[in-house]
Amino acid sequence: MSGKLKIRVDQDKCQGHARCKSLAPELFELDEFGNAHEVGDGSVPAGLEDKAWLAQTNCPEIAIEVTEE
Amino acid sequence: MSDSVSMMPEHPPVTDWVNDFDHTDPRWTENPFPIWDELRGECPVVHTKRFLGCYLPTTYQAVKEIAYDTEHFSSRRVIVRDVRPEVQRNAAPPITSDPPYHKPAKQLLLPPFTPDAMTKLEPRVRAICNELIDEFIADGQCDAAARYTKHVPVRAIAHMLGIPEKDGDLFVKWIHMILELSIKNEGMLVQAVQEMSAYFAGHIEHRKTHPTDDLISTLMKAKDKDGNPLEDSQVLGSLRLLLIAGIDTTWSAIGSSLWHLANTPADRDRLIAEPELMPSAIEEFLRAYSPVTMAREVMKETTISGCPVKPGNMVLLSFPAANRDPAMFPDADKVVIDRKENRHAAFGLGIHRCVGSNLARMEMTVAIEEWLKRIPDFKLDPAGKVTWSEGTVRGPRQLPVLFGKKS
Repeated sequence: MSGKLKIRVDQDKCQGHARCKSLAPELFELDEFGNAHEVGDGSVPAGLEDKAWLAQTNCPEIAIEVTEE
Repeated sequence: MSDSVSMMPEHPPVTDWVNDFDHTDPRWTENPFPIWDELRGECPVVHTKRFLGCYLPTTYQAVKEIAYDTEHFSSRRVIVRDVRPEVQRNAAPPITSDPPYHKPAKQLLLPPFTPDAMTKLEPRVRAICNELIDEFIADGQCDAAARYTKHVPVRAIAHMLGIPEKDGDLFVKWIHMILELSIKNEGMLVQAVQEMSAYFAGHIEHRKTHPTDDLISTLMKAKDKDGNPLEDSQVLGSLRLLLIAGIDTTWSAIGSSLWHLANTPADRDRLIAEPELMPSAIEEFLRAYSPVTMAREVMKETTISGCPVKPGNMVLLSFPAANRDPAMFPDADKVVIDRKENRHAAFGLGIHRCVGSNLARMEMTVAIEEWLKRIPDFKLDPAGKVTWSEGTVRGPRQLPVLFGKKS
């Protein structure tokens, strides 16, 4: 059985394309400059795993890490 | 726009694309995709002696390496021209800025362009689209580039900047001079920049006694990291950037999208039947028909994807070619409106990611949604001719379409 997913946005890599926020608004929030941050501690609620992977695979800067706990 | 193209000094036709490419050649303007495929098949980085020496990265990987490398590649010149005009300080920050000056200049412009800020602007853009459609819908035909796709970004950025939407023709003229005519005629660049600067100087002066709540006032009130007001030249430079970068680009992106939908009834019908596909369709149009090719200047010798790159040359940083690289995108030459994985680079990669990307996406989405709502059935007019802009930004400049009873 696979574990829970956790996401993290690498602030050195994020350039504010905001693709993640568009694809998975429940998992990402943007700051005043439009750069993305994971919501809370980055734990992905059950049912949103596909959105986490979708955001990860569409980030042009490869700034999103998805890990399985 | 096509009337003035004939006035340009012509370059000799290209006979050897691999060693002598020219992005102003009419074949490139008309249909660059097979040229990029040929070049990519030869080398990740090709070179031409034209434009006083210029490289073209042809793969996604090579484009990415250059975009991330601000040590060897400068943004002080971002348009490849026949000549190298003298570098102007504060030309158009932050697009013409390198580290460490880039970040503070960019951070000033980011807050007004967040997705939330664009949501607030969206109703105005929707109204603009419908006002435009009202003007021609009864005719059953129009040049969609001249009557629709051009005016959406012109009016939206005018609204944001707080300048009259009716001055749009002036903006389009300056942009044509800077992005197209100046490639082969430096005088056009000088004249357009002078006229734009004088125009904005007037608006700045007026706001000193009549403060407003728009982007010009935001920049006038902005402070640098030491708490000092920006130099006038930086305010003017950034205003020039917002106007130049905010119009031709999105005009092109909306136009290419409509051109595709006019040509591809299956995609058009699917998008009408499944409106939830709009976000992925917009990203796919951005990938397949990326309008913007940027440039860099090589400052120090290095290698890109194994190819030596020498100072003194420019680089044509073709995000559009990168986005057609089959090593990065399966079926790169096909438009797949429900593409799931799409790390396209239409808005650039690295620190120079387009400040207006959220605005562009919103304008594209709204312009196509409103068009499809009111004109669901349309096709290219077989009696007309589609023409494309030359050089730095690619999109339809004439897009004759028939609809309603005429389609």
